[in-house]
Formats: sequence, C-alpha cells, structure tokens
Amino acid sequence: MNEEFDVIIIGGGITGAGTARDCAMRGLKVLLIERNDIADGATGRNHGLLHSGARYAVTDKESATECIEENMILRKIARHCVDETDGFFITLPEDDLAYQSKFVEACLAAGIRADIVDPKEAIRLEPSVNPELIGAVRVPDGSVDPFRLCSSNILDAKLHGAKVLLYTEVTAFIIEQGVVKGVCVLDHQTGQKAEYRAAVTVNAAGIWGHNVAALAGVNIGMFPAKGALLIFAHRVNGIVINRCRKPANADILVPGDTVCVIGTTSTRVPFEECDHMQVTPDEVNLLLTEGAKLAPSLSSTRILRAYAGVRPLVSADNDPTGRNISRGIVCLDHETRDGLKGFISITGGKLMTYRLMAEQATDLVCKKLNLDKRCETATTPLPGSEGGDIEEVSKSIWTKPLTVHKAIVGRFGTRAARISVQEKEDQALVCECEEVSVGEVKAAVERLDVHKLIDLRRRTRVGMGTCQGGLCALRAAGILGETQKCTARAKDDLRNFLSERWKGMYPIAWGDTLRECEYMEWVYTQVLGLQKEEAK
Amino acid sequence: MRFDTIIIGGGLSGLTAGLRLQKAGRKTAIVSAGQNALHFASGVFGVLNEGAVLPEGHPYSRIDTDKYLEEVKPFFLEADIRLGGDARKNGWRLSPSGAMLEGRFSLEEATLFPAKEDLKADKALIVTVPGFLDFNTAFLADGLEKRGIPARVASMDVQELTDLRTSPSEMRSVNIARVADGIPGKVVEAVKALIRDEDLVILPQVFGIQDAAIPAQIAEAIPARVLFVGTMPPSVPGIRTQLKLKRAYERVGGTFLMGDEVVAPVMDETHVKALRTVNLGDQLLQADHYILATGSFFSKGLASSMQKVYEPLFGLDVDYPEDRMKWYDLDFFAPQAYGGFGVMTDPAFRALKGGAVIENLYVAGSVLAGCFSQQFGCGGGVAILTAFAVADNILKEDTKR
Repeated sequence: MNEEFDVIIIGGGITGAGTARDCAMRGLKVLLIERNDIADGATGRNHGLLHSGARYAVTDKESATECIEENMILRKIARHCVDETDGFFITLPEDDLAYQSKFVEACLAAGIRADIVDPKEAIRLEPSVNPELIGAVRVPDGSVDPFRLCSSNILDAKLHGAKVLLYTEVTAFIIEQGVVKGVCVLDHQTGQKAEYRAAVTVNAAGIWGHNVAALAGVNIGMFPAKGALLIFAHRVNGIVINRCRKPANADILVPGDTVCVIGTTSTRVPFEECDHMQVTPDEVNLLLTEGAKLAPSLSSTRILRAYAGVRPLVSADNDPTGRNISRGIVCLDHETRDGLKGFISITGGKLMTYRLMAEQATDLVCKKLNLDKRCETATTPLPGSEGGDIEEVSKSIWTKPLTVHKAIVGRFGTRAARISVQEKEDQALVCECEEVSVGEVKAAVERLDVHKLIDLRRRTRVGMGTCQGGLCALRAAGILGETQKCTARAKDDLRNFLSERWKGMYPIAWGDTLRECEYMEWVYTQVLGLQKEEAK
Repeated sequence: MRFDTIIIGGGLSGLTAGLRLQKAGRKTAIVSAGQNALHFASGVFGVLNEGAVLPEGHPYSRIDTDKYLEEVKPFFLEADIRLGGDARKNGWRLSPSGAMLEGRFSLEEATLFPAKEDLKADKALIVTVPGFLDFNTAFLADGLEKRGIPARVASMDVQELTDLRTSPSEMRSVNIARVADGIPGKVVEAVKALIRDEDLVILPQVFGIQDAAIPAQIAEAIPARVLFVGTMPPSVPGIRTQLKLKRAYERVGGTFLMGDEVVAPVMDETHVKALRTVNLGDQLLQADHYILATGSFFSKGLASSMQKVYEPLFGLDVDYPEDRMKWYDLDFFAPQAYGGFGVMTDPAFRALKGGAVIENLYVAGSVLAGCFSQQFGCGGGVAILTAFAVADNILKEDTKR
C-alpha cells in the first residue's frame, strides 16, 4: 500500500485532531495516524478545565493571554463541549490576601475579566466553597469535555476528506536524502504493515512525540510530568474553584457533566512509565487533603476513580517539578533546527490552546507546501455546534422530553438529530448512571470509529458513572459485539475494559467504592463467569 | 419486644439461622434492611471449588461440613425450595458468558451437570426477549459452539414483553418476570414458533418470580430440552428463594422486620443487652442471643474508610492489614485480599471485641473473617453451613442451662 497524502499527522489527541481538521479545512489531503484510540493520552486525562488563563496571569502572561483568547473562541466554535460555569479564585486564611490584588492586576493586564467578590456573596453563588474563605475573585473559567472536543475535531477533519487510522502505530520514517517522505506503520488490529507517503509529516504525539522524533533521528528533549487527579461521584460545585496563590498541588476543582474533578499533582516520571500510569495512595491522600480545603464536602463525597496523565513539557531548565516551565506552545521546524526536511513537531501547550497549536502547525505545513490559505478554525463551528440553538434542536427532534434526549443533546449538540432513539429498542438504557441509550451506542459504533468498549467510554461516557461499568459494560459489549460480529474479541474487550476500570478504582477502593468493587468482582467473575483466560 | 434470639440480616445466612431456630421451638426475630446477596445470585450455591486449599481460619475449619451438607437439601425442601445437585460433589452450570462453572446446589430451574461433558445437544436455540440487554446471547452461543454445539439466537415475539420497552429502564429480569408470569402460555407459543430442528432450547432465568412452577411448566410444554441460564442481576431465582425462605420462616412463627435497620446496640464488655432500630425508636429489641448475619462489604456488614476496615454495628474485631495497598491485587481477575477480611470469632462463632468474647453475639455468613468466598467458590456454603452451626451452638447452650 502506498497512498500519497499532502500531510501525515501522528497522534490522535486533541493537538493531532485539531491539526488534522485545520489542514483538511485548508484543502490538504490529510492522513491521521493514532497508535491507540483518540484522546487516549493527556487529552483524556486532565481536569477538563476551560482555563480563563487566570491561573497563569501572574507567572506567565503569554500563556494567560493565549488561554483567554482561545477560551472565548471555544465558547463559540465548541458550544456543545463547553459548560460556561465561571470560576472562583479563593483566598483561605492560610494564604496571603495581598496576592489577590497582584492576581487581579495581572489578570486584567492579560485581558481576563477578574471581579473581586465578597466572601459571603461567593458562598451564596457557590455553596460548596470552603466557608472559611477570606477572599474570592470571579473569572471566566469553565469546563470542557475533552473527549467530545477531540471527537468533534476528528469528525470534522473526516467531513473535510481526512483519512483517520486508529490502533495504527508508526514504526519507522521513510527518509530519503535528508527528507522525510512518509511513514511505515503497523495496524495493531490486523497485524498488517503499510507505508504512507506525504510531503510533510507532523509529529503531534504529545509526550510520546519524544520517541516519535527519535524514530526520525531528532531529539526534542521533552520530559514527562505526571499529574494525578480524582473524579468524584457528584457534581459538588457548579463553579470552578481555584486557590488564589502560586500554582501548587491539588488546587483546582472542576465540575463536569454529573461529576467533579480535583487535581493535580506534578511529579517527574521516567518515559517508561508513560504507558502505565498508576496513582499511588500518597497522591490520593494529598489530593483529598488539599481538595477538602477548596470544598470541605469533598472529604465525605464518594470518589469514582483515580487517574493520571502526562504533561508533554519541553525541557527548558532544570526544574525537577515542571511547575515553573511555561506551558507555551513549541512548534519545531526540523528543517531549520535539525536539517531534516518535511518534518514538524508541535508540542508543549495545553488542551486550551490546541486550536492555536494546530493553527501554527498548519501555517508551517502550508508554508512548506507553498500554499496560501488562511486559517478558519477560529470562526467555523465544530460539528455539533453549528448554527441554531441547541435547546431548539432538541425540541425540533423530539416531542417527548425524555432524559435520554437531554443527555444526548448535551453530548452531541446540534448533531443530536442524527442519533436515532425513535425505535423503542434504541431507547433502552445501556448505562443508567450516565443515561446512555442503545441508539447512542449504535450511532457511536457506526459513525465515530468505535472499536472497543474503552473507545465507547470516550465517545458516550458509558461506564463513567457511579457504577463504573458494573452493569453497563456487559450491555454495551453485547451491542458492540453484535455490530462487529466478533464474539471472541468482544469477550477480550470486556476483560480489558474491566481491568482498565479496576486500575482507576483500587487506589481509592474504600467505602462505597470497595462495595462496588466487590460487586463487580462477583457479577463478572462469579455470575457471568468471565475469567482472565478463556476457560476450557 | 423480647425474643429468644434476634438475627441481624435477612439474607441467606440470617434466614437459614432464623428458620432453624424457629423450627426448634425458639422465638426469634430477623431485622432486615432490604436487599441482600440473594438478589445477585448466580442460580447455584457454591460450597467449595474443586482442589481449593482452604487457609487456616476459614469458617469451615470449625464445623462438621459433611454432616451439615447432607442436611441442606431436606432443609430447603421444607421451605418449598427444591435444590438440585449432589450434596457431596460439585456439578457444572452453563454460565451466562458460556463458560462451565462449578457449584454444589442449583436453585430450582437452574441446572447443574454432573460433569462438564454432560452438556450435550445436536443443535441449540437461544431465545431471548427483544431489547433485553442483561443476557448476552452472543457470549452464550460462542460458549456452546466451543463445546461443539451449534447455536442459533432468536427473539421471542410476545406483544406484552415488547410493550415493556416503552420505558427505557424497564428491560430488567425482574420486570420481565412480572409480565411473563401472567402469560406463560404465550411465552411457550412464541418459543415453539422459533424452534426448527433444535433439541436444546436455552432461555434466560426470567420466569417465576413467586413460583418455580412457572419455569417448570414452560419447560414441560416446549418440545425440546430446556435449559434456563442466569442473567445479570437482579436474579429471579435468587429473589424467589429469598421470598420462599421468608415465607417459610413466618409460617413457623418467625418475626421478620422488613426494611428496618439496627442502629444502636446496648452492650457491656461481655454481652449485648438490647438493640435499637430505626423503625422501633425507643422500643428496644431484647433477646438472650443475637446473631450477626449482615454480609460482607456489598451488603454493608463490613465497612471501610481510607484508613481502616471495620464492622459498623458493634465495632467488632476485624482482621485486615493496615497498608491499604495490601487490600487489593492490581489484577482485577486475581484473588483479592479483601475477600478474607471479616469479623473474628471464637471457635463457637462468638464475636470478639477488643480481643474479648461477646458471649451472646454469634456471627454467621460472609461477614466472618477468612471466607474468601469468591476465590474458593464457597459463598453459599459458608452462608448456610455457618448458620446451621451457629443455630446449633445456641440450641446446645440452652440445653446446658
């Protein structure tokens, strides 16, 4: 196989997805290659915070400005992924109140709205906040669903002609006379090898971009900084709560859909660990202790899951914590930097600035291709956020206001019209915690590149609620197995899904979570009879 | 209110102990908070997996299991529950994922084969209810085909069951049973219409929530061998078993306090004096003996926090390691250490608190330390046999007095 493309993008996280969309919208023939599933790395393992930029205002004005600009853009182009909650930066008795004025000043200088709110008023607006607070500043933070955002970018790239290969890994670069001509890949699902050629190849593989660059013979010098987070079973807060002090551990609490997330820690880890992140009891203890200072009720709220992501930071100095490094965008032209033509790396940055990163990378791709096309991603809505009021769309499709419908509009925005729940069979609930219907699962399998149960979780939230897959996993496996006609794979897939869930549950398995664990173990291994290996 | 014995927990163990004592002429009461492990039953009771080596301190090490195993079937028959299986030897059930799994006693419509190879057929027809997601027919068909039995999947066309689907959360085993139990004839006709040349018909366990005669009647009327296979919870045969045990218990004069919860025990260092419950308020429950049969973590007989594992009602001694990471295995499918956590007792199953015996508080079932019921497949056995043992210990003590 040797299909020709204009550009190959390596990495199906938000950066790769955004770059694929931008390139495709500018008329390029695009191939996106992802080793696992979309949003599998740092994209799916963060707070889901729609940063106002306030967090960086004092220490890193450039990042702060980028954030607020992108924040305002995402509210328009990705309405269906964004929850406009606003955020508080609270000062506690142990913090220095003098920092507040410095903070407000820095925010305003970066173009971020920052209103000082009386502590009593803050408690009225956000009853979960620590009542001991002595100061509060309101900023335009929000929450964003990174899975949905990534999926929408991929979908739009495909609508503009891009080809997307999931579970396909780049094994080598095709380099001829100092020019990257394409890549050799391995399809992990079929075991087949193939070659793809393009004029330009973009490395957008996040922390794994370090290894991708090494495959091409160049060194980026990244370092992985692990960030651990906890998801709680209830949406404790309606407004994002941050600490008004220099960025530190566990100082952001973000509401998202039916849950809320506290994070993060920051620890430098070796590259070998990036594929096998484990959250330690110490990290859990720290997140809980610090989190309870933001919202005291967290200490009595059930934790659903612990997880960790790896920040793709580019080494700039010797700070071992990675905290003082700018989260700035790094767009490397390996031709000028390393003498390797046809190869670009886009890294650093953060979820919030993915669109800008994609724009910079695509500008460079276009320059290399001598193409004069302007970027339009800042003004063109993503699929799901196109014209029309999202509430109106909901009303026009369904006469009965089922909760299932509400959940779907929440997840798919204006594209909800394409999801069938008209048939009785499609209305049945697969996941009661997150109200995912049969119709929604079928739509995801048919149109959103779902190959595995874990992929389905990223597209629909199946298994992300309080039962953590206790009931819905088998139901979803049934539908998935039916559409894919491969039972053996479906069984394996269910095993992997349960193992993956367990990884996020055991670090926090006490109280009700331990009860769920015992139940899950009972239902799947004893009642259903699913064992690690297929029994004879 | 005064009783001879008060049992806390209305699951398999609590009901077994209550029924045995009541039949021996004692005045007893059971306080039941509601759901219990029977609601999540697999359709068979396991006693012990073949080849399992029990750890020291397993509840079986303190009882005459052989003697008690012989008593299980007659005991349940008196409660109108016909258990299948050989009391001395494990049989094999076809699990909902298509695997053959061990078990000792089968609940009425469930089937235990003496050997794995005894599941035989030329062709199988798996019939499900349309839209029922808690019964994975593909997994079952795959399991049968691995055993050399070609299997076809079909959905029964029964209007009343199809109508259930108007509400998105109605398609659960118990809701299906409530409708199907009123129209067994239509179910039979619908299944018959689907049979071509199959000699084995597999149906989900969604019939006879009150009465096991319904699945029997369905099986009888279908012109092929019928095998009822378990579903995801709730378990229809499990719930029926609980109902029947409760009925049998009440029939012999037992007091079943449904939906009540013990909140504050009155006790000194060696004895429980009385229990206070949510519903009875200031009216205390008093007895000579008390039995704790509250189940494991899922049933809330055991509880845990970030720092500790504890017995939430009396604060009894629980055996567990302090380091939380030692509670689990990182592999979901490996035996979990928390399966062995539980209340420590003396050889007569009397509870320990602060190292001292609480003389009139007995412990039965999976709240006991050292069970590892999932690892050893002994959940049903521990529940029933320790309940027998505890009841007999109480009766013995009475004769001594």
